[in-house]
Amino acid sequence: MMEKKTPLYHKYSEAKIVDFGGWRMPLHYGSQINEHHQVRHDAGVFDVSHMTIIDLTGQKVRDFLRYLLANDVGRLKNKGKALYSCMLNEQGGVIDDLIVYFQNDTQFRLITNAATRDKNIAWIKKQAKTFDVQIHERDDLAILAIQGRYAIEKVLPLLPKNLHASAKTLAPFHAIWNNEELFIGRTGYTGEDGFEIILPAQQAPEWWDALLAAEIAPIGLGARDTLRLEAGLNLYGADMDENYSPLESGLSWTVAFKPENRDFIGRSALQVQRESGIHPIMVGLVLRERGILRQHQTVRTENGVGEITSGTFSPTLGVSIALARLPAGKHERVFVTIRNRELSAEVVKPPFVRQGKICVEL
Amino acid sequence: MSKIPDNLKYTESHEWVRIEEEDIVTIGITEHAQKNLGDLVYVEVPEVGITLKIKDETGVVESVKSAEDLYSPLSGEVIDSNTILADTPELVNKSPYDEGWLFKMKLTEKAELDNLLGAAEYAKFIADDE
Repeated sequence: MMEKKTPLYHKYSEAKIVDFGGWRMPLHYGSQINEHHQVRHDAGVFDVSHMTIIDLTGQKVRDFLRYLLANDVGRLKNKGKALYSCMLNEQGGVIDDLIVYFQNDTQFRLITNAATRDKNIAWIKKQAKTFDVQIHERDDLAILAIQGRYAIEKVLPLLPKNLHASAKTLAPFHAIWNNEELFIGRTGYTGEDGFEIILPAQQAPEWWDALLAAEIAPIGLGARDTLRLEAGLNLYGADMDENYSPLESGLSWTVAFKPENRDFIGRSALQVQRESGIHPIMVGLVLRERGILRQHQTVRTENGVGEITSGTFSPTLGVSIALARLPAGKHERVFVTIRNRELSAEVVKPPFVRQGKICVEL
Repeated sequence: MSKIPDNLKYTESHEWVRIEEEDIVTIGITEHAQKNLGDLVYVEVPEVGITLKIKDETGVVESVKSAEDLYSPLSGEVIDSNTILADTPELVNKSPYDEGWLFKMKLTEKAELDNLLGAAEYAKFIADDE
């Protein structure tokens, strides 16, 4: 497979570059830990142009999305409102997680992951046949995520006049845009406040320079991973995939079972699982001994064995944290096998950190 | 380019060995290794008193992103280990050849030293990676 590069690839300069879902992306620009703290305490910018933007248009686009997604876009009343949802297969497994923005009655925008691009497009096309919905993959756009305590304050002066006032009062999980294809969402993946800005690809380098000049530091995907894990946000392919339902992935809150008469793909499978009440659950773990929790380590509980789905060192907490899928039940203390030793970890409810504040007891 | 001091010997698993006297050596990981790993957050070194055979797995160095096993480059007894790394693993990033040393050994098979790489050989070995 040809390795893909975003319109900002030439701006990464000294960064350590890694392959991410077929894309050449920056892991860090020198120190992953410093970049993590930079976002928690100040402001940073991530190039996330590898993510997939899909615009859906048509008279029946809302009906289509109410069928395609487990969360209900029927809840989106205000222009620009965003919704987080899973897209499921018939068995209730997660094909991808995404954000959908309501633009108007005949237009919605989806942001999905990078590595899932081809299967998502194929799936959406297949499901859209009977709805007469047009699907536009927006390869002509780039995405910059500006996140951190002072992110909004630092970005506002850089915005064009026709967006400045509305950006200043933009509510969380809402977006605004102008007719020059500049689209600003107050969304993110770090647990901090900030904007995600979608813009024409050819303008991305110029924006990048302006953001760096405004003392917003470039941040790699390494810190993006530790920030999202501290924020208790799932990563597709690690914390959920087609083998697990949202209920087994800590995402029950994103499944809209009401109204009862809304049919969506995967509904009947989820309903069976929900009514049985016995299915694995996602929890947070804080390691109480020295060591680092990692993906696929085995977790022993009183009710059987589970597995870590994402684990890392938390720069904010100074200890190791993880998300883990455990057997149904109430868990307090569990044991994780690390290199033939069993270490004690405490079960907590994510997030671990939110808006710069530690949310779990240390 | 990473620093590769001339007075040290090296392994293909990126450890360095400094001969202190006769049969006493200090062991650490190279600058190239620490750079590739990134910010270290956990280091486990062997306990003093244990006996190791060449290529025995004897600890781990972990960065935020990944974990790499540590192998003993030589055979012998561990006579000292850098225990402050438990609280300050970042010393391995800051000073891989000095304050970030990992452990010291008293060798039982001195001849094994001859099989280690010299600085020039190690430089060549990592050239493609740099």
